[in-house]
Amino acid sequence: MSKTIMTVDDSASVRQMVSLTLKDAGYAVIEACDGKDALAKLTGPIDMIVTDLNMPNMNGIELIRAVRATAQYKFVPIVMLTTESQASTKEEGKAAGATGWIVKPFKPDQLLAVAKKLLR
Amino acid sequence: MSREELNRQAFKEEALELLGELETSLLELEEDPANDEVINRVFRAMHTIKGSGAMFGFEDIASFTHEVETVFDLARNGQISVSKELLDLTLLARDHILSMLEGEEQGLGERAGEVIRGLKALTPVQKQAQESPAVRDVPSTCSTDPSMNTWRIRFAPPKNLFMSGTNPASLLEELCEMGEHHVIMHTKDIPALSGLNPEDCLVWWDVILTTASSEDDIRDVFIFVEEDSDLTIQMVGSCQRIDEESYKLIGQILVEKNDITKDALERILLERKPIGQLLSEAGLVSASQVEAALVEQQEVKRLRQTASAEPQTSSIRVPAQKLDFLVDLVGELVTAQARLTQFASEQNDARLQAISEEIERLSDELRDNTLGIRMLPIGSTFSRFKRLVRDLSQELGKRIVLETHGEDTELDKTVIERLNDPLVHLLRNSIDHGIESPEERQARGKNPEGRIELSAEHSGGEVLIRIIDDGAGIDPERIRAKAVEKGVIPPDTLLSDKDTLMLIFAPGFSTADKVTSVSGRGVGMDVVKRNIDALRGRISLESVPGQGTTISVRIPLTLAIIDGLQVQVENSYFIMPLSAVEECVELIRKDEGRADLINLRGQMVPYVSLRAGFDIPGRSPEIEQVVVCNSQGRRIGIVVDRVIGEHQTVIKSLGKIYQDVRGISGATIKGDGSMALILDIAALIA
Repeated sequence: MSKTIMTVDDSASVRQMVSLTLKDAGYAVIEACDGKDALAKLTGPIDMIVTDLNMPNMNGIELIRAVRATAQYKFVPIVMLTTESQASTKEEGKAAGATGWIVKPFKPDQLLAVAKKLLR
Repeated sequence: MSREELNRQAFKEEALELLGELETSLLELEEDPANDEVINRVFRAMHTIKGSGAMFGFEDIASFTHEVETVFDLARNGQISVSKELLDLTLLARDHILSMLEGEEQGLGERAGEVIRGLKALTPVQKQAQESPAVRDVPSTCSTDPSMNTWRIRFAPPKNLFMSGTNPASLLEELCEMGEHHVIMHTKDIPALSGLNPEDCLVWWDVILTTASSEDDIRDVFIFVEEDSDLTIQMVGSCQRIDEESYKLIGQILVEKNDITKDALERILLERKPIGQLLSEAGLVSASQVEAALVEQQEVKRLRQTASAEPQTSSIRVPAQKLDFLVDLVGELVTAQARLTQFASEQNDARLQAISEEIERLSDELRDNTLGIRMLPIGSTFSRFKRLVRDLSQELGKRIVLETHGEDTELDKTVIERLNDPLVHLLRNSIDHGIESPEERQARGKNPEGRIELSAEHSGGEVLIRIIDDGAGIDPERIRAKAVEKGVIPPDTLLSDKDTLMLIFAPGFSTADKVTSVSGRGVGMDVVKRNIDALRGRISLESVPGQGTTISVRIPLTLAIIDGLQVQVENSYFIMPLSAVEECVELIRKDEGRADLINLRGQMVPYVSLRAGFDIPGRSPEIEQVVVCNSQGRRIGIVVDRVIGEHQTVIKSLGKIYQDVRGISGATIKGDGSMALILDIAALIA
């Protein structure tokens, strides 16, 4: 059974790139455009979440907190997409419960390496 | 459209939309400069354009937008106000990004410079917030340190490890994949059940790992949890440090790891029980900690033993002629042994048979070993080529990376030597004519850096060497035109694309319009083919114009002695190389009219009759045998009267007169002194 990864980003092009990269590697992908959308789509088996931090309606940090507060998805690995100039938000993310991070801009291979690492 | 182009297109569309929104927001902000929500919207739009821009190759847009974003960030944080100047500049910036997107302006031209200067003028002069050290990238690729070392890794995660979605088992698994490992879990901190919170991580681990990976690679495993965990990585044993007599004692190890103080250790030493047991009994350390130290000790000892057991790589230079002589002798021995085996089987004397079997076994081993002496890995040749590719590509102003696979593939020494020149020429061709210049490649949407893959592998009884490039490919039309022009073929010849490509190897052929110093003299490719032919090898080309070319060179592995399958048709005996044979099936010819196919467990396999192929007179028996062979990935059956059995075959050349006989690659003397012809399966199938 293939693993399911949810990608949350308000940029359609990033979502597309992440989606295609993961699908090519055999993962199933659920897309969401912001935190609120992501929470609404949190049903069924989800093995990992990749989320941007800067999003309208509900940003990445709030999303991480919300996910960690659910009973079902409490321990799901969550990867946040950070930029180098926002080191403080990375700390915030970790405090909120993020499992790991990828720095933007990133190559598809890096995304796959992190997915492989967290989804053994 | 390629994946890259799709992504760029998506980004362009998205960026255009965002720029539209940005303009609207900025105009809104003019009316209502303190509106936080709108300010955030503006910031986010620029942030997205910058981030996505960088990801999809629009570096100029990304770096320009970064400047604007930085200033607007200050506005967002209330450090500067949203003034008319700021809005004017930002609108200008937005226009500039739009024209960059539409390809009108390249990078940071005059207008961009003005905008940036204007923006900088608005930023208050204050110390830049200390940028924390660059976030380390996701796990890097392994650096190969050829020596193996033993590491002691202590990983003690925080209690709330699970709350970050981390699975320590995954981390340990990742670690263990790096080499021989022993994992010891320490459970002494687990409280009684009543006080236990199952969502806490209450255990920690010691891992003793023997690996060739570097310390950084090991640290990379813990990249996400390192900050919050107690992680120590120490090298404790090395292949190279075999100077100490014996490794540290248990007590020493425990003191080093701070599991126990030196005093406590000395106190206990006064008694005589094994130290680990004593310490554990005294409650000073847990059993698992002792176990960890013990394991570490064992592991390092083992590592050192293997290191010292490795013999000094000593070698002797031997004139190749002596080896050739030896191989000949072995050949004669094998022939004599075959005769002995035959004789023994006819005699019915058990003791004689036992001895003959032993002789057979020994001569097999001798044969393998002797032929193996002359085999060398092709890796050294490959590494020389890396330099060649580098120098040549620089000379021609191209960016090319050479990837090699199968460096361990072994080939006979003379074969390697004789392959050198042809391979060099083929590589030069790829670099000169195959891979396009970086500009051309970029124009075609390819990575400006070209890739050439050089691989070697054993396949059937052959070595397959491939040169694969992602260059311009070869256009059969061009080849054909040139061939006609040079008079290589008459103008009305009908040729398949595959055969057209093979024209490249015809003498006097060259499509280079001018002769470069590297290739193009028209002497190259046909010489290459001749060299390959001389090695009894084959060369072939595959190409997709615009995408690349694959050149395949096949060389038979060992020249002199092979394992064969002896078959019979009428009164003639043939040998088929056992490496090409998959299985034998019976064939009962029921009706002649059907197509020459047999159903082999659901797969249709075509067959040819050896009798028909060689025009052997006489009638075929009712029940024939089909020997299913595999050559170059194709399966085909060869129909014979009888399959006799395995036969160790010393190849004897047939002499010049018979060189061009298709389907026969040599002959051999059988055990009874008569002759059998050796079949060339690939030639028969073609």
